[in-house]
This record gives sequence, C-alpha cells and structure tokens, in this order.
Amino acid sequence: MQTSAGSEEGRSAAGLSGDSIIREIKASRIEFVVSVPDITTSEGLLRPLAAMPNPRLIRVCKEDEGVGICAGLAYTDKRALLLIQQTGLLDSINAIRGVAVEYSLPICMMVGLLEKEVGVPPRQSKRYGVRIVEPILDAMGIAYHEIEAQADVAKIRPAIDDAYAQNKPIVLLIGQRPS
Amino acid sequence: MRRDLCLKAIARHVTDADIVLPVYSTAFDWLDVRPHPLNYLSHGAMGLASSHALGLALGRPDKRVIVLDGDGSLLMNIGTLVTTAEAAPKNLFHFVCENGTYEANGGHPIPGRGKVSFAGLARSAGYESVHEFSDLKIFEQQAGAILAEQGPVFINLKVEPAGPQERDYSRLHGAHVRQAFRDALKAS
Repeated sequence: MQTSAGSEEGRSAAGLSGDSIIREIKASRIEFVVSVPDITTSEGLLRPLAAMPNPRLIRVCKEDEGVGICAGLAYTDKRALLLIQQTGLLDSINAIRGVAVEYSLPICMMVGLLEKEVGVPPRQSKRYGVRIVEPILDAMGIAYHEIEAQADVAKIRPAIDDAYAQNKPIVLLIGQRPS
Repeated sequence: MRRDLCLKAIARHVTDADIVLPVYSTAFDWLDVRPHPLNYLSHGAMGLASSHALGLALGRPDKRVIVLDGDGSLLMNIGTLVTTAEAAPKNLFHFVCENGTYEANGGHPIPGRGKVSFAGLARSAGYESVHEFSDLKIFEQQAGAILAEQGPVFINLKVEPAGPQERDYSRLHGAHVRQAFRDALKAS
C-alpha cells in the first residue's frame, strides 16, 4: 500500500542528504527517536541524531521494544520515530500487528533497507530480505513510502503528520545510505 | 505468597494519579483490586508491557508508572531491563510476579524455573534499586516505602501459581478500554 507513486525517473544513484532528513524529522515534531542501529542509516542519521539533545535518543535492545515505547509515548501526545533496519521490522511483525495495526496507533518507523541496490525498486531487489518487505506491509495494510532520492525527503513530514492525524502506522523505507 | 494479596498490598499505596500496567493473569486479579481508567491494559503482544510503561514514563514524568509484569512475559522481552536502566526514568516501578509458569497459556513451566534470578538480572542490567520478596508480611510493610523511591525500581515477588480464572480478554483489549485510558490520561 504505497501511498504515493515511487518515482522511477527520480530513482537514481544520486545522494540522499542525512541533514535534510533530520530537518524533516525535527519539523515533524518528533521528540524521541527510538533505535536499534541500522547500517544503512548509521552514519547519516543515527550518529548525528545521537549527538543532538533533541530529539532524545532511546537506544533499545530489540525493535519490538521500540514499538511498545512509541505506543506509550503516543498516549502522552509525544511524537516518536522508530529508526531500525528491515530485519528488525521483520522481527517485530507481531508487535506491529498487535500494537500499531489492531490498536490503531501512530507508530512511525524509518527503516533502512539493508543491502538494497541503489536505483533498484525494493520489489525488484535481488535480495530476498529486501524484496519481501513491501508485500508484507501490503498484506498488513500498513502504508509506506520509499525514501531513496533527495526529492523523496519531502514525503517524510506529511507522512508523519498523517500517521498522527489518522492514528495509524507508517513506514518510511530508506533505500540508500544518507550522506 | 498469594498474588492477589500482593496486589492488594500494592494497591494500598497507588493513588488516582498513578498509571498501572498489569499483564495477563495479574491483570484480571488487578481489575478486581483496583478498577480504574488509568489502568493501561492493552499491550498488543506478550512481553511488551514494560516497554509501553517506559514510553508512558518518558512522556509523563509527572506520573508514577507501575508495571505488574509476569515472569514469562519478562523473559519474552528481557532486554527491557537494560533499556529501562539506561533510560533511567525516575517514575517507573517494575514489579514481576514470579510464579514459574505461563499461567495464561496452560500453566507450563517457564525456562529456568527456580534457577533464574530475576532480581539478579535486573541488578546486572543496571537497576540501582532492586528488591525481592517471598514473605507477604515483610512486603506489606515495605511496599509503601518502595513506591516512594526514585526509579527505576525493580521488585520481584515470589508468588504461588493461582487457580483457574475467568479471562474475558475484551476487558484488556477492547477499543473502549483504550479510549477510557486515553481520556483519563488527558484529563489528569
């Protein structure tokens, strides 16, 4: 259930700015980033976020913990972003099913796609672990956006705002390493 | 110790402002002891109550957040001890009712029953305040002081497995339960 068309012509090996993604995270009024390190977003997102006082970084041992933490924060009207790898997303399917989908909670997930080839749509990846992500999200009825080209960064704030407005989860799939 | 009596001892020190997250069998006992809209009952997946609690504690540092966990549930999310100790919310109290069984799933023994030390795990995870009780009278005497400590605090209660229980899970997972909690939290 991709909520806006993946721009084939915009998909390129051109860089993705980590600073611009962090600006959008802050502009989305995210107060907490909850994370298990992900190699795709490690240098461009997690490391600079860890050096900032705001949003506050909560390091977790396992991604499904983060789903619960973000849920508790949502009840207190504090916005949170779960920054993880797709392996963690797959490991947390039951928590996402129960907490985010069945309870209709705004769990916002930014997910690095480990080993996705730059310029190749996730569904066409040679990597099984990448190829299955979007079909699984479709099966779960969870909206997602591909964030791979710089133009895609503009999708982040509206997607997070919409998740909180509609009380529903959203997944932002990071398709290449941000600078 | 009997779990229901332990819960009554805790309830004597819980105020109307406190958020309480009881899990599974403990939740049904707790609903009899302290029915209240600030009971947070919908955890979505086994083991996650303490993680929801951490989110609530971070988001509402003005409130005490009290988890009434089970040993099987904690084993399913054991990393929560490390995460919570690191985040160090001053308002979080993590009780575990250790009965050695998956009571809500047929009473099968937990792995490590009688061998694993939950208090030891909490200490190793970085909790500075850890308590363990197997005597109800001593627990009753100390429960109030423990709940006045600065968190995060971990309390292991060695309890007997309870008997059969009527479990209507709509009392935990119903949409009306979550809405009542949401409304009560906004108002408090």
